[in-house]
Amino acid sequence: MSEGSSRNQSLIIAVIAIGIIFSARLFYLQVVDTSYVDLSNFNSKKILTIHPNRGLIYDRNNKLIAFNDNFYDLMISYPFNLKNFDTTGFCEIIGISKLDFLKRLKKADKTVYKGSAVFYKNLEQNKYAALQERMFDYEKFYIDIKTDRKYNTASGAHVLGYIGEISQKQLDDQDEENYYSKGDFIGLTGIEKYYEKELRGTKGEEVILVDSKGKLQGNYSKGKYDKIPLSGKKVSTTLDLTLQEYAEKLMQNKLGSVVAIEPSTGEILSMVSSPVYNPEELCIRNKRKNYGRLLLDPTKPLFNRAVTAAYPPGSVFKLLNGLIGLEEGVIYPETTFPCYRGFSIGRLHVDCHPHPPSLDLRGAVANSCNAYFCNTFREILENPKYKSPREAYIHWKDFMIQFGLSNKLGSDINFESKGNIPSPEFYDKMHNNKWGFSRTISLSIGQGEILITPLQMANVISAIANRGHFYTPHAIRKVDDKNAIPSKFKEKHKIKIQRQHFEAVVEGMAMTMVNGTAARTGIEGIEICGKTGTVQNPHGKNHSVFMCFAPKDNPKIAIAVIVENAGFGATWAAPVATLMIEKYIKKDTVSSKPELEKRLFEAYLLPKPKGLDTARIKHKKDSALKAKNESNKKKRTGKDHDSRHLAVNTYMILNEREEDN
Amino acid sequence: MREKKIIDTNTFDWPIILIYIVMVLFGWFNIYSASWNESTGSIFDLSKNYGKQFLFICISAFVAIFWLFLDYKVFSLFSYAVYGILIALVIAVFVLGKEVAGNKNWIPIGNFNLQPAEFAKYAVSLALAKFLGTPDARLKDKFTLRVALTIFLLPMALILIQKDTGSALVFLSFSLVLYREGLSGIWFIMALCSIIIFILTLYFGSIWVSGIFAAIALIFYILSSRRKYLTWPVLLVTIAVIGFSSSINLIMDNVLKDHQKKRILVTFGLLEDLKKEGYNVHQSKIAIGSGGLIGKGFLQGTQTKLRYVPEQHTDFIFCTIGEEWGWVGSMVMLILFVALIARVYYLAERQKNRYNRVFAYCVASILFFHFTINIGMTIGLVPVIGIPLPFFSYGGSSLIGFTILLFTLIRLDATRSTEMSTLKDMY
Repeated sequence: MSEGSSRNQSLIIAVIAIGIIFSARLFYLQVVDTSYVDLSNFNSKKILTIHPNRGLIYDRNNKLIAFNDNFYDLMISYPFNLKNFDTTGFCEIIGISKLDFLKRLKKADKTVYKGSAVFYKNLEQNKYAALQERMFDYEKFYIDIKTDRKYNTASGAHVLGYIGEISQKQLDDQDEENYYSKGDFIGLTGIEKYYEKELRGTKGEEVILVDSKGKLQGNYSKGKYDKIPLSGKKVSTTLDLTLQEYAEKLMQNKLGSVVAIEPSTGEILSMVSSPVYNPEELCIRNKRKNYGRLLLDPTKPLFNRAVTAAYPPGSVFKLLNGLIGLEEGVIYPETTFPCYRGFSIGRLHVDCHPHPPSLDLRGAVANSCNAYFCNTFREILENPKYKSPREAYIHWKDFMIQFGLSNKLGSDINFESKGNIPSPEFYDKMHNNKWGFSRTISLSIGQGEILITPLQMANVISAIANRGHFYTPHAIRKVDDKNAIPSKFKEKHKIKIQRQHFEAVVEGMAMTMVNGTAARTGIEGIEICGKTGTVQNPHGKNHSVFMCFAPKDNPKIAIAVIVENAGFGATWAAPVATLMIEKYIKKDTVSSKPELEKRLFEAYLLPKPKGLDTARIKHKKDSALKAKNESNKKKRTGKDHDSRHLAVNTYMILNEREEDN
Repeated sequence: MREKKIIDTNTFDWPIILIYIVMVLFGWFNIYSASWNESTGSIFDLSKNYGKQFLFICISAFVAIFWLFLDYKVFSLFSYAVYGILIALVIAVFVLGKEVAGNKNWIPIGNFNLQPAEFAKYAVSLALAKFLGTPDARLKDKFTLRVALTIFLLPMALILIQKDTGSALVFLSFSLVLYREGLSGIWFIMALCSIIIFILTLYFGSIWVSGIFAAIALIFYILSSRRKYLTWPVLLVTIAVIGFSSSINLIMDNVLKDHQKKRILVTFGLLEDLKKEGYNVHQSKIAIGSGGLIGKGFLQGTQTKLRYVPEQHTDFIFCTIGEEWGWVGSMVMLILFVALIARVYYLAERQKNRYNRVFAYCVASILFFHFTINIGMTIGLVPVIGIPLPFFSYGGSSLIGFTILLFTLIRLDATRSTEMSTLKDMY
């Protein structure tokens, strides 16, 4: 072999060697080391999240309550240089003066956050469109589109709740699905919170290609890997929007609450906690402006009295005592007890108001005879069937629990209170294990240590209307037009009291409206069964309470109304309830009692503003002046309103803290 | 023989022609893919790179056929003339040159730019073949060696002055031809040793390299102290190594430009500069590496299409192949190249006259150099040197230049059966 051909071979070997080195290197880069795939994806693919439309909320008659709307905030990104900026053209498009432009710029300079600031909040739709076309001229400006709730009504805020940006804690605590990310909106209260999973929908994704200059180059693989967002489900509430708006109007300028339930289903037709706020006040774009004010308002508009506040029930509680007495066999509908302008035991005396003498159970209900129910309760506790009043009390309490008292009902309205029916241990401790009727006499007429929320009260009246059963009250009716409500709301809760006993009490309630405590508040053509209550309030004027249902046979609506510091039950609470019944059953737009309606619309029963509270909102500087004014006012009215609006009870304060958290 | 006017196509080396056609078409598709986006129109759109490449392919095809039917004698006859013209053109670049991407090595002709450097390789091949083809040319003879070196070092120097380092370095491939024609292998061993010392110095510093080499030399000297004749060579080599090693920093800082120095450091992993000098290679590796075993598919590459890899249709065209066709596609391409180059080396050795053989060696060595540097650079084995991948990279000068080169060889190879008469004709 010549030298030339051996050199030739070495060259060919060199070529092959290079080929082998390269193929090995390529095998390492392409097959062994997979990190380049990630680097390539990181380079060129950006995943954009597309937020779904939040589910719409409807009322029971398919009226739209809450929907979504886009809001455009014109943002400015920094560093911003005014030089070479077409200020005139820009101002023309968004319709502001040059002076205003400079003012806004100054303001934006102060509020820069992460390199950008809001320049013009809530840009009008037409300006947005005009600006959009010329956006490329103003590269330092961009538009931030936010989807926010909008409402067709000013009512129902407490039930609907509101949405807000997810908190760090919620982010940390979320389940394995890890659906949420920073900046997402989430239902924070009410239906928005309880039905968050149904309402939120499913986020979509868009895989966008980004070139080396950072410019978007369209969807990857023509959108093959994109995920279309799924809109949230349509949630139909049980609310009757017309009734809700009407109830809120009746309750305006009053403290208190109204809960109306459809007895046959447990559906909440209306729930008012007065004072109300407009749901729009707490939507994303307005929340910052209003939340603090609402939180500090002494009348506590954020606080849902209908489920969170618990009151002594007053006379309406007599119905329960009557029912238990009948079931325990200690009284009969025909039983009569004497009433000597009240009831006395030892040094204790419970007053009664004038009414016809020698009443049977029906008459006692109708006339709300205190003596009759003191006797009834005594018979219950001193029932020879049981060894001791304590044992009898335990049985009595068991009935109360069957009615849904002393525990959270478990509705879908958040911040529910338990209320309170004292435990026997409570009295053991209080009275050194020696107690009986005389120590618990106030329970006969619904005063004392017992506390009931308006929702529980409405549930009780609903159970009475059903003659012995109830469904847990709830605000959900349909999801996506399907009856897919949680099964617990379809569960029938039976009360172990015979139907005939209910009939007897219902008779009495019917009489209440005819010749009893709430005579003249009835509505012609509707047989209403009601019971008034006047709750003694150690802090101020009595609370006016009324609960009723209608019609007597085949009830369609059961209502509990509490008007704080308003006095006798029939004066304020009863007309609110009966007018609502008329509205709901007759579906009339015009009331048969326009004067009564007008009186309610116009009545102002709110506590007068108090210096202490105002000072918390305003600057301290004003407080001296306010205090001075206040002392003058006090002299004028001669009465201290201080504790009035705070009077409800300790539960209210406790739960409020919960809400604040 | 003389009566046979029509050239017998059976004498053409069809394997090479087939590889050429496959490469050119595959390259064209990859240029199309590298420039492709949703709105891309026809692959024949003349306003786009791929459209122009189609035009170049057509011209190349025409040139290829024309060259095949040329009388083989013209090559030898005009060798020096072509060389002279090309040297003139390379010099003309100084005057007429148009600056493109910092390099002044283009001569504008109408809408197109001519890159004389691409054709200079052909001219040097012809001239070198002609010169070494003369019967009395012996490389052992110093004059012959000097002339042979001058033939390719002259254009190399001129192009180096034009700052087209990549194209200039290609001329070093002619040294492989000299190796075949009798140049001592010691030069290549020395070159290889220099590269190793260079790399070692980069990693460990000249003090360590010098010290350790001196220690080894000392031990060697002591062990072989009986053989006095080794004293001087060992001493000289040691001094040379220490001198070279110590001067590397000096060379890096003063002879090489900053970007060249950085590219070298990046290649050996001594510098991470992902934003600038290391950017190309990093992105190129991402493109190729993300291709995986079978690639992302034709037109599906994101790295190249979104312009993360610069020069993706010219020097870095292999990124598109690696990204879209994966390891499998890359292997096909590697095999094509290795087969082509090996085939040309094989053909070279079967030539019966020296002119043809030298020319064939030139062709193979040029392709070998381009292939090694270009692919090596895209996969991060060789510092970035901007030279095209033959037949694949976008560019008329490059494609036509390589076509002429290859088809001259095929034409010359076709005459080997008639070599006797050829020899008679020539001399």
